[in-house]
Amino acid sequence: MFSHLLPEFIVERRDDRCIRCRACERQCSFEVHRYDEELDRMFSDEKRCVGCQRCAVLCPTGALIVRPHPGEYRRNANWTGERIQDLKKQAETGGVVLTGSGNDKPYRIYWDHIVLNASQVTNPSIDPLREPMELRTFLGRKPDVLELRFNGGDYEDVEIATELHPNVMIETPIVFSAMSYGALSYQAFKALAMAASEYGTLFNTGEGGLPRELRKYGKNAIVQCASGRFGVDPEYLNCAAVIEIKIGQGAKPGIGGHLPGEKVTLPISVTRMIPEGTDALSPAPQHDIYSIEDLSMLIYALKEATNYEKPVSVKIAAVHNVAAIASGMVRAGADIIAIDGLRGGTGAAPKIIRDNVGIPIELALAAVDRRLREEGIRNKCSILVAGGFRCSADVVKAIALGADAVYIGTPALVAMGCTLCQKCYTGKCNWGICTQDPYLSRRLNPEIGAKRLVNLLRAWSLEIKEMLGGMGINAIESLRGNRDHLRGVGLEDWELEVLGIKGAGE
Amino acid sequence: MVEYSIGGLRDMFLGNVRRLKEILKYAKISSDVAEIDASNLVHKEVNDLMRYCALQGVRRIVLKGVRGQRYIGTRLYFPDPRPKLEIEIHGFPGNDLGAFLDGHRIVVYGNAQDGVGNTMDSGEIVIYGQAGDVVAMSMRGGRIFIRDDVGYRTAIHMKEYRDKVPVLVVGGTAQDFFGEYMAGGRVVLLGLNLDDKPHRARYIDTGMHGGIMYIRGRVEPWQLGKEVGIVDMEAEDWKFIEKHVGDFCEIFGIKEDEVLGGSFLKLKPVTKRPYGKVYAY
Amino acid sequence: MSMAGMDVRRVRGGARGMRRERLPDKEHQACGLFGVIDRSGRRFGGRVAIEAVMNMRVRGNGLGAGFAAYGIYPEYKDYYALHVMFQDWDLDAKREVDKFLEANFDIVCSEEIPTNPEAPVIDPPLIWRYFVMPHKKGEERRLSDDDYVVKKVMHINTKIENAYVFSSGKDMGVFKGVGFPEEIAEYFMLEKEYRGYIWVAHSRFPTNTPGWWGGAHPFCILDWTVVHNGEISSYGTNKRYLEMYGYYCTLLTDTEVMAYAIDLLMRRQRLPIEIVAKILAPPMWDHIDIMDERQKRLYTTLRMVYAPLLINGPWTIIVAHHGEMFGITDRIRLRPITAGEKGDLLFVSSEEAAIRAVCPDLDRVFTPMGGEPVVGRLKSREKELRRRAEEVV
Repeated sequence: MFSHLLPEFIVERRDDRCIRCRACERQCSFEVHRYDEELDRMFSDEKRCVGCQRCAVLCPTGALIVRPHPGEYRRNANWTGERIQDLKKQAETGGVVLTGSGNDKPYRIYWDHIVLNASQVTNPSIDPLREPMELRTFLGRKPDVLELRFNGGDYEDVEIATELHPNVMIETPIVFSAMSYGALSYQAFKALAMAASEYGTLFNTGEGGLPRELRKYGKNAIVQCASGRFGVDPEYLNCAAVIEIKIGQGAKPGIGGHLPGEKVTLPISVTRMIPEGTDALSPAPQHDIYSIEDLSMLIYALKEATNYEKPVSVKIAAVHNVAAIASGMVRAGADIIAIDGLRGGTGAAPKIIRDNVGIPIELALAAVDRRLREEGIRNKCSILVAGGFRCSADVVKAIALGADAVYIGTPALVAMGCTLCQKCYTGKCNWGICTQDPYLSRRLNPEIGAKRLVNLLRAWSLEIKEMLGGMGINAIESLRGNRDHLRGVGLEDWELEVLGIKGAGE
Repeated sequence: MVEYSIGGLRDMFLGNVRRLKEILKYAKISSDVAEIDASNLVHKEVNDLMRYCALQGVRRIVLKGVRGQRYIGTRLYFPDPRPKLEIEIHGFPGNDLGAFLDGHRIVVYGNAQDGVGNTMDSGEIVIYGQAGDVVAMSMRGGRIFIRDDVGYRTAIHMKEYRDKVPVLVVGGTAQDFFGEYMAGGRVVLLGLNLDDKPHRARYIDTGMHGGIMYIRGRVEPWQLGKEVGIVDMEAEDWKFIEKHVGDFCEIFGIKEDEVLGGSFLKLKPVTKRPYGKVYAY
Repeated sequence: MSMAGMDVRRVRGGARGMRRERLPDKEHQACGLFGVIDRSGRRFGGRVAIEAVMNMRVRGNGLGAGFAAYGIYPEYKDYYALHVMFQDWDLDAKREVDKFLEANFDIVCSEEIPTNPEAPVIDPPLIWRYFVMPHKKGEERRLSDDDYVVKKVMHINTKIENAYVFSSGKDMGVFKGVGFPEEIAEYFMLEKEYRGYIWVAHSRFPTNTPGWWGGAHPFCILDWTVVHNGEISSYGTNKRYLEMYGYYCTLLTDTEVMAYAIDLLMRRQRLPIEIVAKILAPPMWDHIDIMDERQKRLYTTLRMVYAPLLINGPWTIIVAHHGEMFGITDRIRLRPITAGEKGDLLFVSSEEAAIRAVCPDLDRVFTPMGGEPVVGRLKSREKELRRRAEEVV
């Protein structure tokens, strides 16, 4: 069938700079560039270009410029170019339009309408470079009271009588989001594990299992138990720091996953414990969880399977009744509740779902934190939030709204090279991140990737300390749920009310 | 009108759990056999005691008076290799019997409930009775034998991997979504209690993309999912059936010849990639 | 009880007046269910139901439990037994209800429901029972007794603040509240005080947690009680359809929708459960398409006419009224149900272990297919139904 699609990008090759080295041709897995020996010229097939910028970055002479194609359909506020292109794509294939990474539609980003406080006169700001500034965070269930036993009257010899629930310590309130080996290349996956281990935080295996040789990073791993149960055996569960039951994901609430058979290579099949080349289907629900008391059943099954030594997290997508659901999760026994918002990323999701289902994380977080406090059970769990965190200020604002820590996915990928071309689902990632093609994945060196990730964590942590210091706070726990340090700008009354913050000037 | 309760949190699972030393009296250990009276124990206490017994070097645990306690056998994973246990259950074990089971053998003299062998890794579960829904979900190794019927979504997303091929044999019949999403393993449904009536399950093997299912008895094509096809039995299949159904008959004291004399239907997925054409790239 | 929690509540309560009127959330919940009927009509104490539902403790979270019992008031069996709750011991509400009932009914008995003050329950309200006979006047004489009672019960529930009718049938009653089932049973002394031929019990795991006793199950209108496990994804559709028939879902629970749907179909439209099951949980079109023409026409018509009453999502319910108890799940059985029989006893439960806990040696245990009801009827009623069917033929 002759395709009616317009190219999305234009490749401008400045011929005076091009030295015909063919680096672009080798770099492009989408086969945009082609060298014609007879004419000694490079040609571009722009229809194939996804705008990942790999060729432009790697061109030794800077001869390439890739930018959005200027060709347009007639302007139409309703029938945008994107809608027309999707229609044509569906007419040509009869299928569900796929996409990768997070929702790119212009829903209001509340972080950009919330401003932070700083100390002036009445309370000194603190200089984080010279004075202590603590970001250490504990994830897990806390008791209401600590029962102590005093041996002798001098309070020197004190025993803790309360049986504590397991908690996990992280050195910065930033954790890498769930991204599976299978969605990610081995190299990218390993880089995340190495970086989490080096910085003292956690990475999340997603639901693709944890390769045996990487189990040494288990102390820094959140291992997922998702609907596909891939790679879930007792050893996998017991090697981890935290176990996470994945109910949903912000990019595709209510939707399962689907790693196509061609990506199930030998090492993936070994890790997921399924035959090579078969589709790895993650059902939409966990088939042993059709209700809240079933969730409780799986939470305790996992606690049983790990001798009550690990906190169990439950991850859901932020949906309409998120506060009520979160309350039920805590009552069902979850030690950590992870909430992934409307802008959460994905390796592959139906575009129609990604762009239309769920609610923004800011509102979800505010509602959940408030609800749990009203019910007097906020300290029974930690709250991890995810979904479109772009910078350290977003993290600070989230913690002030009530989060314990933040999951970052896309920022970590960008640190390793990702340019958000949204073609993760093709498996042809030129940056070696989201691919199982060894020719492509070799491009990402795990050591260098880890270095970049550690740098990112360090930079954000430093910035967080700067912001904390400015507010006169020197321990992250004093910011948690401290909505007094937030003000809204340009928000409606109902939005301020849901966020539980005042407007600026109030 | 509706005010939120501020009663805090009441833990229904851990709320009434006693410490190990208070419940040791319910376990009688003599040499390598332990007998546990479960009739006064809550879920976690049963497993606390079983783990304690295992660490004491017990090889065989007899549970008496079981009345709905969950996860029996789940907390018997030990990082260092240890001998596997033989667990005998009298009464009615609760949901998730043998979930994540790590190589032990469980025999139930009675019916089991939902989630038998959930994500089971290895070992064997034998049930002298029926079982509930989602039996053998995501099971990836070992064997489960159930003498009578099973409920909905049996063997859902069962898997296999290299030499780990789970086997489930059901003596009675099954309900809907039998073998849904199956990605591997072998499931045998014998229909021994049906006389000549057909199986009633609908959506059999819907979404199946791996493994093999054998059904003895009558099934109409409309009862099958569209991802699955009927293929001819081969010598290898008969060999498999003779072995596992043979064991099944021996355990439950059923005449093997009569069982093997019935007609078997072999179901296999039509493709390893049932949903390859659903997406536009 | 945390002090912080109390402060928040006060602040929130105070600020509410200034807030934009918001549509309230629907409640989500999941639970353990149990029901038993003696089909010979023999009456027995509450111990069976209490022990059975206690066995499923982990299916609830201590935020609600309740029981319904049939045949418990033989001395007043011709009178409607109204169990009325007064939130926060509101005696003004009580006076108002007294006045209202005196004006609309002949009250033959009015007393506090006996309770055990030692029982560990939180904030119990005042709960009163009235045995009444309708005293219809004017236009209302046209109403049947049942419709008259429904109307008056709706009036108390919606018009009298802090008063709420737990149950309103003859010779039956609902006992429910906030707590684990054994606590509620102890509070109402169900084991010793009452003997019934049907007992239904419920242990609740709500994700919304209204701290009032009326939110617990069973839900009751006349002698119809419903206990429910699951969440209905078609709630909005069902609710808006039922509104056209004068049912207003004020409690914001899935169960309420269920109760009204059953009242509409079974009591008002007089359809048998065997047909109602095919409305609430109809066969898939795949299967209708391959039926013979007669059946195809019936099922197609049922789905077409009653489409708004397809109850979608995961659910199991146990419904009881005099002479009959039945359990049924959604059509793809996303919630569990198990049934057991021992002589004249028929049990329905979320878990078999709960039945076994009270009756280890069952004659038969079975799990019906999704959407197929397990029905337990009094033998006398069975006979009557058969006679009626023969008359029609």
